Amino acid sequence: MQPTHSSRRILLPVKAWFIFLTLACAVFANLVPLGRFPILPDWVALTLAFWCIREPLKVSMGTAFMLGLIMDVADASIMGQHALAYVLLAFTAGQLSRRILWFPLLEQALHVFPMLLGTQLIMLLTRLIAGAEFPGFLWFISSLVGAALWYPLTYLLLLPQYRPVERDDNRPI
Amino acid sequence: MSVVGHSPPPFFKRGPAPLARLFFFVSLSVALLVADLRFHTLEWARLGAATVLWPLQRAAYLPVDAGMDLGDYLSSLRELKNENEALRKQQLATANLLLRQTHLDQENQRLRALLEMKERQPAIGQVADILYAARDPFSRRVIIDKGSQAGIEAGQAVVDELGIVGQITRVFPMTSEVTLLTDKDQAIPVEVQRNGLRAILASASAGALELRYLATNADVQTGDLLVTSGLDGVYLPGLPVAKVVTVDRENSLAFARIACAPVAGVERHGQVLVLGRRIAQARPDEAAPTQEPSTKGRKSRARLK
Repeated sequence: MQPTHSSRRILLPVKAWFIFLTLACAVFANLVPLGRFPILPDWVALTLAFWCIREPLKVSMGTAFMLGLIMDVADASIMGQHALAYVLLAFTAGQLSRRILWFPLLEQALHVFPMLLGTQLIMLLTRLIAGAEFPGFLWFISSLVGAALWYPLTYLLLLPQYRPVERDDNRPI
Repeated sequence: MSVVGHSPPPFFKRGPAPLARLFFFVSLSVALLVADLRFHTLEWARLGAATVLWPLQRAAYLPVDAGMDLGDYLSSLRELKNENEALRKQQLATANLLLRQTHLDQENQRLRALLEMKERQPAIGQVADILYAARDPFSRRVIIDKGSQAGIEAGQAVVDELGIVGQITRVFPMTSEVTLLTDKDQAIPVEVQRNGLRAILASASAGALELRYLATNADVQTGDLLVTSGLDGVYLPGLPVAKVVTVDRENSLAFARIACAPVAGVERHGQVLVLGRRIAQARPDEAAPTQEPSTKGRKSRARLK
């Protein structure tokens, strides 16, 4: 598979354990306590959106649901809040996957931003129905930061696939 | 067989259609939401999962902890000296009260015994550290480092050196979750210390508190201290809760709008004291006087037949 559909470079196939590792790292990054208003994005949503766009046949709604349950417990929020939002995110990302991959990375980020925002809006809606207080508009900044991180994140997560096919013992990587 | 990074696309074996899967998972999530919100049946699942996640959570907390330790280490000597000075002054100021505390307690017990009143429960508690604020931006909760292993139970009151901070709402083996006073769903029965006027203190928006359901002519002034009334059977009476900031007596409204600010450092982090569970006093026996009307009612119903 290419980095984007319009590029000519062909990458190595992705390893299943690497997807698992990155998702586990994202959960771990989400567990780091940074107070009520983390400027940092929801790493799980971002990584999940990435793999749903890159590998819609490997990562989809089932993975999203499981990750959602983990985040529900970790965040001490109500059960099903993250699960619902992540499942819808995975569905949208999977459906738009073939379209998004034709764009260069910065324009991909423009697609990802409304997806992350939608995830937050669904969580907001769930909690408002359950009777929670509105957390303020500052909370939505994390989606913006998440979309801004799309460019470096893509290179980081595709790094293992950028390795050349043939092995050369004289090359460091 | 993979040729240049492609496994053959599984044309036919892709499982159910995406929309069908979406419908399945969304309905599963909604079922979970309803089960948790409406019937509160998922506490056991949450407890198990949280126990499994605990080492991971602890590990994630380590870098933050290390950063804070580093910050403490680098804080200047002068700052520490100043703090030490302030603490010593505070100790001297309170020493007077503390020295007489045991004496007053004993005297109080004696007088109560004389008056044949029920003895007041002594306040016992455990010190706990606030680990971090829960990531959930929709509620105001913090996690402390004592759990059911340390004998913490849901419902216990949590105080700091100035007043009430909140209440334990969920207990895990190693940690427990404190819902702060400023959480939207948290309400606490209080009385005005100056005149004993009872009211309910609840959260207003954005971390402020408000005194609810008091008439516009109620005797509340700016600067009044609100203490727990103890009517709920959860909080010990007389613990400071909040100070009245503004009183808005607009006649067009049914109730006065009384904004308050918490006395304790509710949104600050540090050490807290988890007070022992208060055992509610038994109610006086109401059985005797109510017996009469019920038998009468039965008789009249029998007559109607």
